[in-house]
Amino acid sequence: MTQASLIEIRGLEKSFGKNAVLKGIHLEVAKGEVVALIGPSGSGKSTLLRCINLLTLPDSGQVRVGDHDAAFGKNATRMPGDRELARFRARTGMVFQHFNLFPHMTALGNVMEGPVTVLKQRRKEAEATARELLQKVGLADKTDVYPDKLSGGQKQRVAIARALAMRPDVMLFDEATSALDPELVGEVLQVIKSLAREGMTMILVTHEIAFAKEVADKVIFMRDGVVVECGPPSQVIEAPLQEATRSFLARFKGTHA
Amino acid sequence: MTYTWHFEVLWEYRWIILHGLGYTILFTIICVVLGLLVGLLTGMGRLARSRWITAPIRAYIEVFRCTPVLVQLIWFYYALPVLAGISISAPVAAALCLSLYGGAFYSEIIRGGIIATDPGQTEAGQALGMTRAQVMRRVVLPQAFKRMVPPLISQSIMQLKNTSLLSVLALPDLLYQGQVIAHDTYRPLEIYTLVAVLYFAVLLPVTIWAKRLEFGSSVKES
Repeated sequence: MTQASLIEIRGLEKSFGKNAVLKGIHLEVAKGEVVALIGPSGSGKSTLLRCINLLTLPDSGQVRVGDHDAAFGKNATRMPGDRELARFRARTGMVFQHFNLFPHMTALGNVMEGPVTVLKQRRKEAEATARELLQKVGLADKTDVYPDKLSGGQKQRVAIARALAMRPDVMLFDEATSALDPELVGEVLQVIKSLAREGMTMILVTHEIAFAKEVADKVIFMRDGVVVECGPPSQVIEAPLQEATRSFLARFKGTHA
Repeated sequence: MTYTWHFEVLWEYRWIILHGLGYTILFTIICVVLGLLVGLLTGMGRLARSRWITAPIRAYIEVFRCTPVLVQLIWFYYALPVLAGISISAPVAAALCLSLYGGAFYSEIIRGGIIATDPGQTEAGQALGMTRAQVMRRVVLPQAFKRMVPPLISQSIMQLKNTSLLSVLALPDLLYQGQVIAHDTYRPLEIYTLVAVLYFAVLLPVTIWAKRLEFGSSVKES
C-alpha cells in the first residue's frame, strides 16, 4: 500500500439476489491517475464504479476514498448511516449514462445545487463557480436553459460541471457517452480529456476502447465479477496476456481502430 | 301536465341558502387541509422500510377506500362514541371522517407521485452528497408535486361533493338547507335545481383550473 493511493478497494463483493456480480475486487488508484474499466456487459464494472461512491452498498469489503473509509461485511462494525454516506459521496463526483440532470432547474441551477445544498455555500459564491465551470465545458451561453432544451452532449457536459462543482477527489464516469448520438460523443470525450490533462483523478467505465487507450494510465479488464487483467493500455489493450481480454478486444477491432 | 316553476319563492330564503353554501365551502376547506396533512404523512410513511410503519398505513387506506363514505360518516357519529366512550359532536365526527376518507386517497396520489419519479434523480442527488431528506426536498418532491397537483385537485372536488352527505347528520350544509327549504315551501324542484346549480358554479372554475394545470405540466415535462 503506497501512501500515494487515493482510492483503495479491498475484497469487494456484491450480489444481487443469487447473482454474484463482484467476487472480491482489489483496486488502488493513485492521485491524478486515470483508470478505464472495460469488459463485456454484466461483467460488474458499473457495479464496481457505483460501489466506489457507495451508491450501491457492497456486501463485504472495504472502500476508502481519501480519508473517508467504509467497511462492509464481517469487518464492519456497523452500516454507515445516512449522513455518513452523504459525506462520503460528496467527495466523489459521478457522471451517469443517462445524465440525470434535475429537470426543474436550469443548467446553472443544476451546477449550483451541490455546493448550495450540500456544502452550504452562499448562492453568490456558488453561482460564480458554476458559471466558470459551465464556461469550462463550453456552455457559457446555456446557463439559463432547462435540460429539456439541451442536446445529449450538452446535458452530459452540464452533468460533468455539476459533479465538478463539488470539488471532488475523484470523478467517476459510468458509460458517460453510451446514450449519446455518435456525433455528440466527441464533445464529451473532449471535456474528459481536458480534465485528465489537469490531473483530475478519474475512473471511467467505457466502451470507447480507443479513447481508453488514449486517455487512461491504467486499464482494467473485468469479466464475471473479477479483474482479469490490469495494467497500462500498452499492455492490456495492445498486448493482452489473457485469452479473455484478447477475445473481448477482437470484437472492437475495425470499428474502433 | 305542465309544471309552473316558481323560482321567485326562493328569494326569501337567500340567506339560508348562502349560509348553507358557506358552510359547505368552509367544511370542504377544513377537510381538504386536514386530508392533505394525513395524506402527506401516510403517503411518505408508506415509503418507509419498516413494515411496522407501512402495514398500519396500508390497512387504514384500504379500510377507508373500500367502505362507502356514507357508512363511515354514520359509523363515526353513532358507533365511534360508543366504542371510544367519549361524546363526539356531529361536526367533529364529520370532519374527522371526511378528512380521513380524503386522506386515504390523497395518500395514494402523493405516494404515486413520489415513486413515479425517475430513480436516477434520487441517485444524482445522492451522488452529490445529499442526505435522504435533502434528496426528497430538493429533487423528488418538486418534480413529484407537479404530477400530483391535478389529481389532488380532482380529489378535492370529490371532497366538496362529499360534504353533501353531512345532511344525514343534520349539519347545515348546502344540501341540508335545501331540504329544509323544500319542506317549508313545498317547492323541492326549484330548490334542488338551485342547489345543483350552486355546486356546479363553485366547482366548474376549479375543474377548468385543474385542467389547465394538467395541460401545463404535461407540456413542461415532455
